[in-house]
Amino acid sequence: MPTILEMRDITKTFPGVIALDGVNLKVEEGEIHALVGENGAGKSTLMKVLSGVYPHGSYDGVIAFKGEDCAFSGIADSEKRGIIIIHQELALVPLLSIAENIFLGNERAKGGVIDWHDTFARTRALLAKVGLKEAPQTRVSDLGLGKQQLVEIAKALSKEVKLLILDEPTSSLNETDSEALLNLLLEFKAAGISSILISHKLNEISKVADTITVLRDGSAISTLDAKASSVSEADIIRDMVGRSLSDRFPPRDPRIGETIFAVSNWTAHHPQHAERKVVDDVSFHVRAGEVVGIAGLMGAGRTELAMSIFGRSYGAHISGEVTMHGRKVDVSTVHRAIAAGICYATEDRKSYGLVLDDTIRRNIPLAHLSGIANGIVIDEHREREVATDYRQRIRIKCSSIGQEVVNLSGGNQQKVVLAKWLFAGPEVLILDEPTRGIDVGAKYEIYSIIAELAATGKAIVVISSEMPELLGVTDRLYVMNEGRFVGEMPTKEASQEKIMSLIIRSGHRNRG
Amino acid sequence: MSQEAIPQSGAHQSRPQSGVATSASGAVAQSSSFIRKHLREYGILLALIVIMAFFQIVTNGILLKPINLTNLILQNSYVIIMALGMLLVIVAGHIDLSVGSVLGFVGALAAVMIVHWHMNYVLAGVICLAVGGVIGALQGYWIAYWKIPSFIVTLAGMLVFKGLTLWLLAGQSVGPFPANFQLIASGFLPDLFSMHRFNLLSMLLGAAVVAGMLFLALRSRFRNRASSHDDEPAVFFFGRNLILAAAILYITWALSSFRGFPNVLVVMALLIAVYSFVTNRTTIGRRIYAVGGNEKATRLSGINTERLVFLTFANMGMLAALAGLVFAARLNTATPKAGLGFELDVIAAVFIGGASMAGGVGTIIGAVIGAFIMGVMNNGMSILGLGIDYQQVIKGLVLLVAVIFDVYNKNRA
Repeated sequence: MPTILEMRDITKTFPGVIALDGVNLKVEEGEIHALVGENGAGKSTLMKVLSGVYPHGSYDGVIAFKGEDCAFSGIADSEKRGIIIIHQELALVPLLSIAENIFLGNERAKGGVIDWHDTFARTRALLAKVGLKEAPQTRVSDLGLGKQQLVEIAKALSKEVKLLILDEPTSSLNETDSEALLNLLLEFKAAGISSILISHKLNEISKVADTITVLRDGSAISTLDAKASSVSEADIIRDMVGRSLSDRFPPRDPRIGETIFAVSNWTAHHPQHAERKVVDDVSFHVRAGEVVGIAGLMGAGRTELAMSIFGRSYGAHISGEVTMHGRKVDVSTVHRAIAAGICYATEDRKSYGLVLDDTIRRNIPLAHLSGIANGIVIDEHREREVATDYRQRIRIKCSSIGQEVVNLSGGNQQKVVLAKWLFAGPEVLILDEPTRGIDVGAKYEIYSIIAELAATGKAIVVISSEMPELLGVTDRLYVMNEGRFVGEMPTKEASQEKIMSLIIRSGHRNRG
Repeated sequence: MSQEAIPQSGAHQSRPQSGVATSASGAVAQSSSFIRKHLREYGILLALIVIMAFFQIVTNGILLKPINLTNLILQNSYVIIMALGMLLVIVAGHIDLSVGSVLGFVGALAAVMIVHWHMNYVLAGVICLAVGGVIGALQGYWIAYWKIPSFIVTLAGMLVFKGLTLWLLAGQSVGPFPANFQLIASGFLPDLFSMHRFNLLSMLLGAAVVAGMLFLALRSRFRNRASSHDDEPAVFFFGRNLILAAAILYITWALSSFRGFPNVLVVMALLIAVYSFVTNRTTIGRRIYAVGGNEKATRLSGINTERLVFLTFANMGMLAALAGLVFAARLNTATPKAGLGFELDVIAAVFIGGASMAGGVGTIIGAVIGAFIMGVMNNGMSILGLGIDYQQVIKGLVLLVAVIFDVYNKNRA
């Protein structure tokens, strides 16, 4: 196979930091090349160099595409050559239609007048290629995340892509959509399109990738042949973190006490479509020292359940009862929910969890300002002590507590969110996708924090779309589908197959 | 310490070994990183000093003459008073375009009550402040609880109160005010010691303020030292404080040798101190910054974001009313044109002072310095006899340059 892309000796420095240190990357024509590494290992920087976001001259080294040396001065240059990058955060305009999005900046037009007939015809052809059954006129905001991802790919195809770069394409997709996306990559491969796949999900990589390059601390540590039987997940993880993770989950010795937190007959309706029940008659309880998981597919209503309990932050016409230690509590505002001892760490830390441009020190006490103040006057000394204490206790890696959280890696941002809620002193902590988009090493640390909290007698609820994670950290599992709880089991007796079959069977029952 | 001096960006942080520096170069690196981090704060103070020095030279020393300094303070007092409230509004992520009209309306209301109805001026003043608060609260209600964009609500307010001012005054100027009312703007601290041509009370007050300021600055510095947190390098700390102390002492001396501190200056200084304290050191100040930084995250932290935005606007209305009283007292008459375009001066001052349109960023001191930059330029250019046409162009360009500097700074970091 000929080589389509060769990056030689790429070095990129930022003031005070070497982001990439002599990285070599070679992609063959028609292969799927996986790029893995911890957050901050340099994957995104490498792809930004490749796509021209960091223009020629701002880095050292050579990029050869199809045998020619390239000097891209911007994304437009690299796109012209057929190198298309799809970012983790989708770059679609929500209020425009699918067709308008696909041809944005590349409109099918004569003399500035758009040829809608041609636009729609081409869009239909592209949508057929990616297997998306939607009308070209559909607004992107009306599509789910999985379908939006497909629109992005259709957009890439419209530009005659030779090399497709996908940055964490499945991080916000459910299992079915992820599966479809990966199959699509395999189809592209058969059609001769090469791809670079950045992902944290090793099972996906082993499914589709031909070659794996592992980056660590800005260097390419190893390039593995993914089809060789000798490559195991453990090898990849060891190369990523520079040490072997004997176990992906910390050991626990659960000591479970009395029921602390119970929710009964909880129902919440959709805020706009009042007739739709998003959470339908859900009851559950959590005991002291227990980690309870809520499994389910994306859209099952798990986040909506948690947020409707947490100060009615979601939904309308909410009914049901929440008790703490058997006593009914008022959770009608976030303030009251926190006062009752319930905290909720969001799945979307950037939008809902952190004041990104503010410092670590000022983010941590936000949910419990009275804890660092005398009356209304903030005691800065105590504030620093609190931040320093959490920095050490849960190992937030930062240059100082005065660092802005926007500059932290995903894992460390998540730790700041956790610190914020721990400082609020909850008895019940609801963690929604606590490890989304963070690397293997940081995941392990988050799991350790969960284990430590449970050991101190807190009741913990973990909502996650990653089933291995739920099986690894919880003591008991609820399964949720289409707004209802459809199963409950001790984690010891649970398996991915069992959970999936509960979901599928309940789906059939609802329709039948 | 040396590690903390290394700037770290994006995802490439937190490898401790990459930041090792020797202690000698560490101190230098610390200073330079400190400058980079606080370039904006020092930059604006420096800009004010440079602008003042420039006009001091080209006006042959008129700028800093006691009589002109007094004028400068009186001329800009209402802009500064409103800038305090506007800073909170902008930090919370909003804007208030109505303050100029509210200022005019309250001045008109005061004139009607005092001149036409012969109401006691203290009572009238209190009513005016309350009316301002209610106006702000009304606008804040639509903005906070109905989520109507503040730009639109206050644009409507601007038109409404401009109209109501005209209606109240029936298109005429109303005045003059009784002498006691005028003292708000044109009075000076009493000369208790009756020295010849020198107001010792003002001088003592100024000296006390400087002493208090230095004491608080030193105390907070040593407290921070004790808990070993990265702090301003000594050169900057002493340099900044000495310049500030010298400036205040000079102004105090200059004012004392003229007629003493204007009453307005005392009110203004108190307000600046209170609002600085509120924004820096209280939970409510902290919450306003959080709302502007990320409203959703703040709401999910159990903070009543709606009430906070509502209160910010109510406060703005009250300060606009106070500015309206000061302005009416200064002109000694209420005119239909009072306050025209003031909102733009106030907003410009806050942005020159480093606040961000997106919310969450800005300081009281910055806004005050921003207002003084505009004020010194107005004053200096007027002394030079520069036409209003050039003045507008130059002020516009200063605002643009200040914000470009901000954005450039942020992108580079």
